[in-house]
Amino acid sequence: MTTTEATLTERRSFRDTPAPPDAAPLDVRGVTAAYRDQPVLWDVSFTVPPGQLVGIVGPNGAGKTTLLKIVMGLMRPAAGQALIYGQPFAQARRWVGYVPQRGSVDWDFPTDALDVVQMGRYGRLGWFRRPGAEERRRALACLEQLGIAHLAGRQISQLSGGQQQRVFLARALAQDARLYLMDEPFAGVDFKTEQAILALLRELRAAGRTVIVVHHDLETVGDYFDRVVLLNGRLVAEGPVGEVFTRENVAAAYGGSVAFLSDEGMWGVVVADMDGAARSERAAANGG
Amino acid sequence: MGGLLRDLLFDYTLRNVALGCAILGVTGGVLGSFAILRRQGLLGDALAHAALPGVCVAFILTGAKTPAVLLLGAAVSAWLGALLILAIVRGTRIKQDAALGIVLSTFFGAGVVLLTAIARSGNAGQSGLDAFIFGQAATLIWRDVATMGLLALAALGVVALLFKELKLLTFDPAFAATLGYPVGALNVLLTTLIVVAVVIGLQAVGVVLMAALLITPAAAARQWTDRFAAMIGLAALFGAASGVAGALLSATGANLPTGPLIILVATAILLLSLLFGTSRGVVWSRIRDRRSRRAALAAVPPPPPNSGGS
Repeated sequence: MTTTEATLTERRSFRDTPAPPDAAPLDVRGVTAAYRDQPVLWDVSFTVPPGQLVGIVGPNGAGKTTLLKIVMGLMRPAAGQALIYGQPFAQARRWVGYVPQRGSVDWDFPTDALDVVQMGRYGRLGWFRRPGAEERRRALACLEQLGIAHLAGRQISQLSGGQQQRVFLARALAQDARLYLMDEPFAGVDFKTEQAILALLRELRAAGRTVIVVHHDLETVGDYFDRVVLLNGRLVAEGPVGEVFTRENVAAAYGGSVAFLSDEGMWGVVVADMDGAARSERAAANGG
Repeated sequence: MGGLLRDLLFDYTLRNVALGCAILGVTGGVLGSFAILRRQGLLGDALAHAALPGVCVAFILTGAKTPAVLLLGAAVSAWLGALLILAIVRGTRIKQDAALGIVLSTFFGAGVVLLTAIARSGNAGQSGLDAFIFGQAATLIWRDVATMGLLALAALGVVALLFKELKLLTFDPAFAATLGYPVGALNVLLTTLIVVAVVIGLQAVGVVLMAALLITPAAAARQWTDRFAAMIGLAALFGAASGVAGALLSATGANLPTGPLIILVATAILLLSLLFGTSRGVVWSRIRDRRSRRAALAAVPPPPPNSGGS
């Protein structure tokens, strides 16, 4: 907590990122999307209030990543729009930080962790200007915040998966955003990294930032997030975790292929080969 | 050897050839570094082959062998090839590698047909066009070298100016897009720069071997460093060294072709780099592995005496 506040003040971040307009960090309105002929999202609408940790949850192919792409203008929706602080992404990008899936880049690229984190400053630098001492200092501070400052000079292919994920988070931190969009940051990382990422998310929330995370682990949704968006092509439910993350909604999102694992509100996707009849029976038994 | 060096400075032909080959080596090394990191090494090959019909059409239209005109034709044709590859990948279910192969062979085939047609037409002054297939560095005159130099300066100037942007585009294009960089336009720009590199090399090494000058020096450079800027600098150095060495070897009197010699020198550099490169060379990796294994073994306490024999 203190490290965040210290770093944020020290970085004088509030000076160079102007305050966003007084509108919802994210407002998704009737978004419909398709790849070629394959529909992916139907008429999805929801609003994310500021200062919240929001999980986007749903089965494979539910359109989670597609939704992120549309929010960031990487893909055009067939209908509807997504507004960030009341504006289209093109006008709002300076308030947005992005953490792509770790597997989306080639980690064999010849560069080190510090250089990747400095890329988070490129948007601020603008055309032609090269990162200088100031960018280097900020990038180091961000690595520090993720506890991997000692790896600044490490070639990125020689980082572990968890360390690579932290480098991506540090890069997003260097963007000094108000709204963070993260695509599966918890995927394939060890327990220690997971806790470090979670701590970072909570620090960001404490600093008034909004964080939207595409997430796949149903068991941790209740612990990690304030709000949840349940997707399955359509919007199944959206709202505070306590109200919305119910057995019925999860079952609806996962098409009944989900079973109730324990009484403490733990959820899990039942592994494939369970007989269909048994599955629905069990869901009914638990649901009723 | 001393005579050869003196010729390099004072012999008009050798000086032109060596300088021209150095220029194309540098440009190929720099742009090839971007190409191979984007896994587009073969794009250069396809574009080089796609340049051939452009050379022929430019000659048919103007009837003259002015290098600037022929190279312009080559550039336009290579560019159309690049657009066609993009159109095939976007518009059909055909994948990139197949699209590259289709464009490469079709354009090259068309070029060879046009070359034959030009030769049959008995047009005076058509002789020598087929040098674009394998290149003919010995025919480089000062005007050619000046043209190559200007093109190279323009291409390298753009790379220097947009170094940060092109690096980000190469490493993480989606992230670049979220920052607001026009990724589509930057892609087109980078492809155009590769076309320029190809065009620079056409006269000296020809369409068939040009790809090697994009791929080999860059691949060799990667063995020595884990830093992008250093890789580009080394690739430029290796390319230039290959060009000059090829020109000198060719001038030793055995009457061997310059272009293929350049490629062979570049390949020799690559082999040495694969073995001895300080970053990824096989020899150093072995030594490092052995050292760390020894260190690990030294750190493990010896087994108690009664645990032996299993």
